[in-house]
Amino acid sequence: MQGWGPWVPDEGIKRSTSLIGHPWPPPVQARENRGFGPTTRKIEEADTPIQRHTLRVYTRRIHPAYGTGMSVPLTLLGLLEREPSHGYDLKRDYDTFFGRGRPLSFGQVYATLGRLSRDGKVVMDEVSPGEGPERKRYVITEAGATEVDSWLAEPVEAEPHLQTVLFAKVVLALMLERPAEQYLDAQRAKHLGRMRELTELRRTGGLVDGLLADHGLFHLEADLRWIDTTSARLDALAKEVRR
Amino acid sequence: MSTALESRNVVLSFGETPALRGATVTVATGEILAVMGPSGSGKSTLLHCLAGILVPQSGEIVFGGRRVDTLTEDERSRLRRDHCGFVFQTGQLVPELTAEENVALPLLLGGLRRDKALAQARPWLERLGLEGLGARRSGELSGGQAQRVALARGLVARPEVLFADEPTGSLDSLTGEHVMDLLVDSARAEGATVVVVTHDARVAAYADRTVIVRDGKVTSLAPEPVLS
Repeated sequence: MQGWGPWVPDEGIKRSTSLIGHPWPPPVQARENRGFGPTTRKIEEADTPIQRHTLRVYTRRIHPAYGTGMSVPLTLLGLLEREPSHGYDLKRDYDTFFGRGRPLSFGQVYATLGRLSRDGKVVMDEVSPGEGPERKRYVITEAGATEVDSWLAEPVEAEPHLQTVLFAKVVLALMLERPAEQYLDAQRAKHLGRMRELTELRRTGGLVDGLLADHGLFHLEADLRWIDTTSARLDALAKEVRR
Repeated sequence: MSTALESRNVVLSFGETPALRGATVTVATGEILAVMGPSGSGKSTLLHCLAGILVPQSGEIVFGGRRVDTLTEDERSRLRRDHCGFVFQTGQLVPELTAEENVALPLLLGGLRRDKALAQARPWLERLGLEGLGARRSGELSGGQAQRVALARGLVARPEVLFADEPTGSLDSLTGEHVMDLLVDSARAEGATVVVVTHDARVAAYADRTVIVRDGKVTSLAPEPVLS
């Protein structure tokens, strides 16, 4: 499983030229100049605590294994661990439990399944010709199951706005009868560890450092409250998500 | 690293209501331990047991290598007076006494002469930013000032262990931070062990380690320290 950490642009990425003549994806330097998006600058190279903190906070991505944002592949793998499924059923279950107004397109589902298949995380166990198009049933492999296990057990990097990933982990852990409470405790420890770092930064740095640290602290505190509330409702949630 | 205090499989009920159901925790000397948990989970009861205020129905409390739960009430009172400091959420200052006298109270109860006790109390007022407020009574102090007086009182006798139960619970965020900064800095300077009960993650973030009390049992969020 790939690790966590600062997102580093893939310098080997193949660039093409867009219709209006600009290279695509844009060179990293161009994005840096706009002041947004990822940076290639390393945290150790930062000159001041503020820069280090800023780089640390704003250069992380949720999970680099299959792109950014919510981990659709791992969530689909988790759903496949329950039972082998067709792509259509996977999309339906994903949309029901995790989509919440942002349903997956069929194209995304099949492209993801294709990559998972290429990586040996799933295999197809039957092709049933029928009246419509062929329907392939996907089955998780040992490697895929191991990846799901590792992902569920590993605390998410303590960053703001991670509820979507955490939420998916909690729901899947309950579906798969894993120790969700232990996972939440591991997440609590991760969050508190990060809050310790930021508290130290606030106590030892200047006012600007302190305000930056406060920003992180308040967001992490909000996450922790969500973890507490979820922890208190695990039994009820388990009944709702287990079929 | 040595053990400052520990509870071993402590059980305590209030009537039919169980509060602690086998609570086990170890605190290292000089460690700042945060105790978190939902309301009614037993975290304050655990603190009261560790401090020898409550006696468990079964299990053991060990303070500096010595069993506390088998001591008499007088012996436990003496142990608390000589070795422990306390900071609670609110209503802890004696309203008839001045801030200075409130700080000096543990020394006076320990038998020190009034003039000596007050002489020892005054530097603490300065240290916690309360210079000039020594003659005020608790009603004339803001919440943050009163809490700093309580902190000075908790530390004036140089306790081995400081017990704090929601020490910032009645304060706004900024004042609470200031009190926690002072608490941690003072405790570290004195080499005191701290057990702080809190529902506030920002307070817990000052601690070296956090445990969660759930249904009367203790879960550690990090490995227990290796103690001699």
